Amino acid sequence: MKKGSLFQRLAAAPHILWAIMFIVFPMIFVLFFAFTDADGNFSFSNITSLSQYGHVFVLSIAFALIATVVCLIIGYPLAYFMSKQSPRAQKVLMVLVMLPMWCNLLIRTYALMALLDNGGLLNSLLESLGLDKIQIVGTNFGVILGMIYDFLPYMVLPIFTAMTKLDPKFIEASQDLGCTTWQTMTRVIMPLTASGVISGVTMVFVPSISTFYISQKLGAGKIDLVGDTIERLFQNPSTYNVGAAVSLIMMVLIIISVGIMNRFSDDKTPSDSKGGKGGGLVP
Amino acid sequence: MRKIRFAALLAAVIIILPLLLSACGEDGIAGGTKTLYVYNWGEYISDGSEGCLDSNAAFEEWYFETYGERVKVNYSTFSSNESLYAKLSSGSVSYDVVVPSDYMIERLIAEDLLAPLNYDNIPEIINILPEFWGDASVHSDHDPGNVYSVPYLYGMIGIIYNTTMVDADDPSLGSWKLMWDERHAGNILQFNNSRDAFGSAQYFLGLDVNSDSEADWRKALEKLKEQKPILQGYVMDEIYNKMENGSAGIAAYYAGDYLAMYENNSDLEFFYPEEGTNLYVDAMCIPKSSKNKELAERYINFMLMEEPAIANAEYTYYASPNRLVVESEEYIDYMGEIKEDAYEKMYATDSVKTSTYENLSGEKLILINQLWEELKSDIEISAGIYAICGVIIAVLLSLGIYFGVRKRIRDNY
Amino acid sequence: MKFLQRSYIVLIFLLLYVPIIVLVAFSFNEAGSLAEYSGFSLVWYEELFADEEALTSLRNSLVLAVSSSLIATVIGTFAALGLHRMKAKWLKGTVNTVTNIPMMNPDIVTGVSMMLLFVAFAGILGTSDFLGFGTMLIAHVTFNLPYVILSVMPRFKALDVSLSEAAQDLGCTPSQAFFKVELPEIVPGIVSGLMLGFTMSLDDFVISHFVSSPDFQTLPLYVYNQTAHNVKFSMYALSALIVVTILIILLVVNFAGSVGKKGGAK
Repeated sequence: MKKGSLFQRLAAAPHILWAIMFIVFPMIFVLFFAFTDADGNFSFSNITSLSQYGHVFVLSIAFALIATVVCLIIGYPLAYFMSKQSPRAQKVLMVLVMLPMWCNLLIRTYALMALLDNGGLLNSLLESLGLDKIQIVGTNFGVILGMIYDFLPYMVLPIFTAMTKLDPKFIEASQDLGCTTWQTMTRVIMPLTASGVISGVTMVFVPSISTFYISQKLGAGKIDLVGDTIERLFQNPSTYNVGAAVSLIMMVLIIISVGIMNRFSDDKTPSDSKGGKGGGLVP
Repeated sequence: MRKIRFAALLAAVIIILPLLLSACGEDGIAGGTKTLYVYNWGEYISDGSEGCLDSNAAFEEWYFETYGERVKVNYSTFSSNESLYAKLSSGSVSYDVVVPSDYMIERLIAEDLLAPLNYDNIPEIINILPEFWGDASVHSDHDPGNVYSVPYLYGMIGIIYNTTMVDADDPSLGSWKLMWDERHAGNILQFNNSRDAFGSAQYFLGLDVNSDSEADWRKALEKLKEQKPILQGYVMDEIYNKMENGSAGIAAYYAGDYLAMYENNSDLEFFYPEEGTNLYVDAMCIPKSSKNKELAERYINFMLMEEPAIANAEYTYYASPNRLVVESEEYIDYMGEIKEDAYEKMYATDSVKTSTYENLSGEKLILINQLWEELKSDIEISAGIYAICGVIIAVLLSLGIYFGVRKRIRDNY
Repeated sequence: MKFLQRSYIVLIFLLLYVPIIVLVAFSFNEAGSLAEYSGFSLVWYEELFADEEALTSLRNSLVLAVSSSLIATVIGTFAALGLHRMKAKWLKGTVNTVTNIPMMNPDIVTGVSMMLLFVAFAGILGTSDFLGFGTMLIAHVTFNLPYVILSVMPRFKALDVSLSEAAQDLGCTPSQAFFKVELPEIVPGIVSGLMLGFTMSLDDFVISHFVSSPDFQTLPLYVYNQTAHNVKFSMYALSALIVVTILIILLVVNFAGSVGKKGGAK
C-alpha cells in the first residue's frame, strides 16, 4: 500500500469521533446509570432490584428460544426446498421472503393480532363453522406465534443464501461416494450451511428476546417481557436507573448467547453475520 | 473532472441539509399573525369531522370578526397527564392553553407552573354550573377559588360490559366485583396505568384512593395481583377495538368513551359501581410560560360559549359543566338519539358515589411506581414452558456434545 | 417428492401472507371492520390522504431517511477509506468492533443508550426539551453507519492497488489517483450503502421511539400511536399502500437489477 495522503489518513477521523460520541458514550452512560441511583450516587441497588425481574428474564429467554427453534425447524427445510427450484422461481421466492421483512414490523404484527383476536377474522370464521373460539391474543402461545411469524423470513433468508452458494459438486461427490440422502444432508449440506444457520438464529433470537411490540399486541399488555419492562421503566425519569440495569443484563445475556453460538461456527465472515437484511437488498 | 463532480456533490449535500433541516422546523410565524399553542387530550375537541363544528377554526373566525385580527391555533395533543407534566416542567415549548385533569392541575399549581386567570377576559364563565365553579365546586379541592382553571369536560369511570357475554341477572352486575369475577376469566380488561388500576382495586376494597398509608396501597396491589390471572390484558385506548368487535366482554373506562363504543356496538352496556368510582374534571389552564395570555383567555372564553361548548360535548360524549349545554334542547335530543338513557347516565353525579384523585406526594408516586412494577413483573411461568425449554436445551446440549466428541475423535485420528 | 417440496413452500408462504393479504383486502372494506366485509370502497384511502397527521409523518420519515442516509454515507465512505489505509492494526480492529456495536445490539438497547446520552447531555447543559429532529437525526445516522461501512469496505478491499499505483506513476497525486481511479470503483458500494441506510431509517421504530418527541413523528411512530389507540381504519389503507410500494420496489430492484449496474460492473 502506498502511503496515503494526509487527507486519506484523516478520512476516518470524523467517523471515529462520531463513534466515540454516539456509540461509546451511550454505552458508558448505560453503565453509569445502571450503577447509580436516582441521586447520582454509586450503588448496586439497581442490580439487586433485578431479582424481582427474574421471572421476566426467564420467560423472555424461554420465548426467544422456542421461537428460534421453531423458526429453524420450519425455515431450514423451506430454504432447502427453495434452493431446489428453478432460478426463475428462486428469484420470485426470494422477493416473497423479503417483502414481509421490509414491511414495517408494526403493521405485520398488528395485522396478525387483528386476525387472531377474539373478535377477529379467525374466530368469526370458527364461529360461523360452529366451532369453539380459540383465544390466542393474551396468551403465551400468541406471543410466541407472533415472534415466529415476524421473524421467520429472517431465518429463511441467510440459510437460503448459503444454500444457493453451495457448490453442487460437493453434493455430487458425496453421492458418488455412496452417501444416502440423509447422510448427504447431515454430513455435507448442514455443515456447509452452518454459517447461514448461525446468521438466521442470531437474527431471530436477538430481536425475539428484546421485543416489546409483539408482547404488547399479542400479549394484550398482560405478558411483560424484558423489552416491555425496559420500555416501561424508561417512561419515567425516576426509573431510568433500573431500566439501564435491566438493559445491561440483557446485553450481557445476548453477548453470551451469541458468543456460544459463534463457538459452533467455524468461519467467521462478518459480512454474513448481519447480512440478512443487507444481503437481501444487495444481492 | 471527477474531483469537481465529487466536490459539487458534497457541496450540494452540505447546502441541502440545512434547508431540509429548516424545512422541518416549526412553521414560521408569518410576521403579524399571532399563534395560539393549545395542548389538549387526543380526540377531545370538536374537529369538524362528519359535519360537526371545527371549534378551533370557529375560534379563528370569531376572533377575526370580533377583534379584527387574524390568529392561528396550533393544536397538539397528549395522551396522559404525566406526559403533559413532563412537557410543562421541562420548560421547552411554551403552550398557551393546556387541559389537564384535576389532580394534575393541583400539582401544576403547587409547582407554580400555571398563571392566574384574568376573568375580565372570560365573561362567559357565568355559564359554568355552580357544582363546578366556586366554593361549592367539586373542583375546589384542586384549585380553590378557580384561580387557575376553568372546567372543560368531566365524567366518571364506570364498567362497560357486553350483554351477550354477561347475563342480565349476573350477581356481579352493579359492582366492581364484575372485574374480579372468575366466571368471566379471560374476558376482562384492566387499565394499563397505575393510578386508575389501583383506583379500581381501592374502590372495590373501600379504601381511600388518596390514602397516605402504604399498607392500603399494598392491599390494593394484592387485589390486583389476584386479578391478573383472569384478565385478558392491560389496555388503554386499545380498548375501543377490543370491546367494539367483541374480543373482550368487561372493562372499566371513562363514561363518555362508552358512548363512543356504543355507537359501534349496541350490545354494550354501562354502569357505575356501587362501591364508588372516580369523578374526573378536565379544565383549561394557562401555563406561566405562555406568551399570549390575553389571547389564551379569549380562547377559553370562546369555548364557554353555547355553540362550541355544545359541539365539544357532542363530539366527545363527555359531560359538560356548562349550563348552556346541559339545558339545551338540541343537546338533550342529540344524546337521546345516541341512546335513550345517555343523558341520564352522563349527568348522574348526584346518584353515584364518587371521589376525585388528589395529587400525591413525590414519595407516594415513587412507591406507586414500585408497586406497579411488582404487579407487572408478577409472572407465573407454566410448567409447559419449562418442559419445552428443557427439551430444547437437552437436545441442543446432546447435539453439541455429539459433534464435539466426533470432532475430537476425527482430529485425533 | 417434488410435489411435497412445492406444497410445503406454498403452505408456509400462504401462512406467512394471510395477515398481509387480509390487511390489503380489508383496506377496501366499506364497513371499516375486520370481521365482516360489506363492499368495495376507496373511502379509507380518501380519509388517509386527508389525514394531515399521516401525511406529515410520511414527509418527516422521508426527510429523516434522506438526510440521515446522506450524512451516514459521507461519513461512512470516508471512514472506509481511512480504515482501509490504516496501518495501525489495533486501531483498525477496535474501530471495526465499535462500529458494529449498533448492528449487534438489539434496537432497544441502542435506543435506550442514546436516550440516556441525550438525557445526560441535557442535564449538563441545563436544557430540558432536547428530543426532536436533531436527536432523531443523530440516532439514525449512528445506526446507518455500520451498514454503509459494510457496503463500502468490500469494494475497497476488492480494489486493484496496482491501478492506483499505475496512476501515480503516470503523474497523479495520491488524491487524484483516488478520485479518478478508485472512487468510480467504489460508487456501487456507496450507492447500496445509501439505499440501505435510507430503508433502515424509513423502517426504524424502536430506536425512534426512544429519541423522538411528539413534535416530530415518523411513519412507524404514527403507526405505533394508531395501534395504541382506537385504530383509524385509514391506517389499514396506509399499511396496504406500504406493502404494495415495497413490493414494487423489490421487484424493480431484483428484476431490473440484473440488467443494471450490479450485473455490468464497469
